[in-house]
Amino acid sequence: MALLDVEDLSVTFRRRGQRTVHAVDGVSFSVDAGEVVALVGESGCGKSVTSLALMGLLPRRGAQVGGSANFDGTELLALDQRSMRDIRGKDVAMIFQDPLSSLNPVIPIGIQVTEVLVRHRGMSGDAARKEAANLLDRVGIPDPRRRLKEYPHQLSGGMRQRALIAIAVACQPRLLIADEPTTALDVTIQAQILELLKELVRDSNTALIMITHDLGVVAGMCDMINVLYAGRVVESARRKELFAAPRHPYTVGLLRSIPRLDVGRGEKLTPIRGSVRDVLPWSEGCAFAPRCDRRIDASIGEPPPMVPTHTGHSYRCVNPVPVEEKA
Amino acid sequence: MSQPLVEVRDLKVHFPITTGVIFDRVVGHVKAVDGVDLAVPRGKTYGLVGESGCGKSTLGRAILRLTEPTAGSVRFDGVELTKLPPAKMRGMRRRMQMIFQDPMSSLDPRQNVESILVEGLQAHGIGADRNERRKIISKTLDAVGLPKWALSRYPHEFSGGQRQRIGIARALVLGPELIVADEPVSALDVSIQAQVINLLDELQDELGLTYLVIAHDLAVVRHISDVVGVMYLGALVEEAPSDRLYREPLHPYTRALMSAVPVPDPEVEDRRERILLAGDLPSPANPPPGCRFHTRCPWAQPTRCADERPVLRDVGGTRVACHWAEQINSGELRRHEVRVELIRPEGEGETPGVVSAPSEPGSYV
Repeated sequence: MALLDVEDLSVTFRRRGQRTVHAVDGVSFSVDAGEVVALVGESGCGKSVTSLALMGLLPRRGAQVGGSANFDGTELLALDQRSMRDIRGKDVAMIFQDPLSSLNPVIPIGIQVTEVLVRHRGMSGDAARKEAANLLDRVGIPDPRRRLKEYPHQLSGGMRQRALIAIAVACQPRLLIADEPTTALDVTIQAQILELLKELVRDSNTALIMITHDLGVVAGMCDMINVLYAGRVVESARRKELFAAPRHPYTVGLLRSIPRLDVGRGEKLTPIRGSVRDVLPWSEGCAFAPRCDRRIDASIGEPPPMVPTHTGHSYRCVNPVPVEEKA
Repeated sequence: MSQPLVEVRDLKVHFPITTGVIFDRVVGHVKAVDGVDLAVPRGKTYGLVGESGCGKSTLGRAILRLTEPTAGSVRFDGVELTKLPPAKMRGMRRRMQMIFQDPMSSLDPRQNVESILVEGLQAHGIGADRNERRKIISKTLDAVGLPKWALSRYPHEFSGGQRQRIGIARALVLGPELIVADEPVSALDVSIQAQVINLLDELQDELGLTYLVIAHDLAVVRHISDVVGVMYLGALVEEAPSDRLYREPLHPYTRALMSAVPVPDPEVEDRRERILLAGDLPSPANPPPGCRFHTRCPWAQPTRCADERPVLRDVGGTRVACHWAEQINSGELRRHEVRVELIRPEGEGETPGVVSAPSEPGSYV
């Protein structure tokens, strides 16, 4: 059995006087120890909400979470706040996109790192400080003892993200969720951070859920890739297979619309028509149908089922892109 | 070759750092742009890349004099802009327009699209009457692919991609020759990015526009530019025709930058080798002496790099600011692991760590 099994996860936001929003609409995937699983999609596809739901960080009021998330025998979605706090930061940790807003600006870095150690590992005073310095050193922050006394604003963006990673890995979590961990960073810093994450996964056999919009990042480090659209997984495959033979028109569209460094000028990009706003509710057919060139009559009316293939590749489409016609 | 549309000579933009409560005392300067020479050929696209803080946006703004340059010259179609009196400058602005990164904050939320577009026309006295202006506006809307009904709507009613189209329409409506686009697609989703990139391409073909595109994304810049300039800490370190730059980057920084860009192809990703740079950009208030990049450069040499600032020079069709470009390119100089020291104002930033550099110079995608 996998370390984390997410089954039919759904998140619905209800607000009085406003339309009900199905942000996540039946997402299933699983993560093994030492595996990197990606949730990829554009803004509004539900990738971040998925991670927040798993961590129990959605507001109690207004957000309705359904389905199940089995973490090594524990049902995460059924836990009360108290037991969730014991797991969060210890067994499951999260790295957010913007390190400046996820670190407390008025508390020195050191206290923010030792806090986790004290809470979850029962360390105290000197031992915690020593361990905190070790952690900062491990994530590549030079002169860690001095850094411990500094405030977040005194660190650069890349260093802040490293500090955040140090906090996340402080208790050697078995599952790490990284929500767009490098989106706010420059490419050279991004390369450093991705390398660090890869190292952590390799060395401590941590499972990593990588949430990103960047297919380039995914291509470099993820084992299993789930492409999300409008709150559902539309295609799921192992890394090489997904890029070599994408079947869902949305995945193909995404790949064709990315300018690539290794492709010359003058080659026209093939954008996807319309925008994420042109979406059909899944209950009325394929949500991607309004933007899809391969739409057929069967796309509308009934929600398309996930079609599995023998290689573990599956896609949610009634008229998939043939294998040889790859992007 | 005909005269370039824009010629920049030794342009500098220095921002004073002041302290003091009542009297401002200048204690230093942030050298955002520190001596840039470049030329944008007519009808072509010049791409400016660099990481945040390298001064690329300031350079773009200084060319349009939205930020006053400290020194240097900018010639637009033969006219020296830096010495132009304000009234004349305003007239010139019609010929050079800007597209901003975030269409939400660069469009007035309380103005509808028609009013946004008509404002520039009125300011420059284009179109004799309302009807004529309407004609110009509806032509522009067609060109950027917005529907007629957009005119009476407000910016918040549009999606990100459509908002960027409004921004482009606002620039186009005056019939400019030069468009400076500062991160035109970085706020957009990939599928929308491609739409806007294609639109910019089409408009250039149709109207013969000249672009100066400023972006941090090398893949985007490569895709739309004829010539690419790479900036580091206020200066150009390399400039080459787009294909040449990507085939054969000469400057160590360009190499590192290119090896860091992820490519959406696992086969390529597994094969290629990365040059990881140590630490972050040094502070432009106190740039390292000599070559700006020598503190992070895996090829830095004990001689020249630390004390002699390299100037852009021609190496086989590429302009590059590196003392050792030829030796690095031929493989004579190898990358080494370096612990570098950064000179920084007291209490600011951090000292960088170790460069973990793989030993073999490899292929760059």
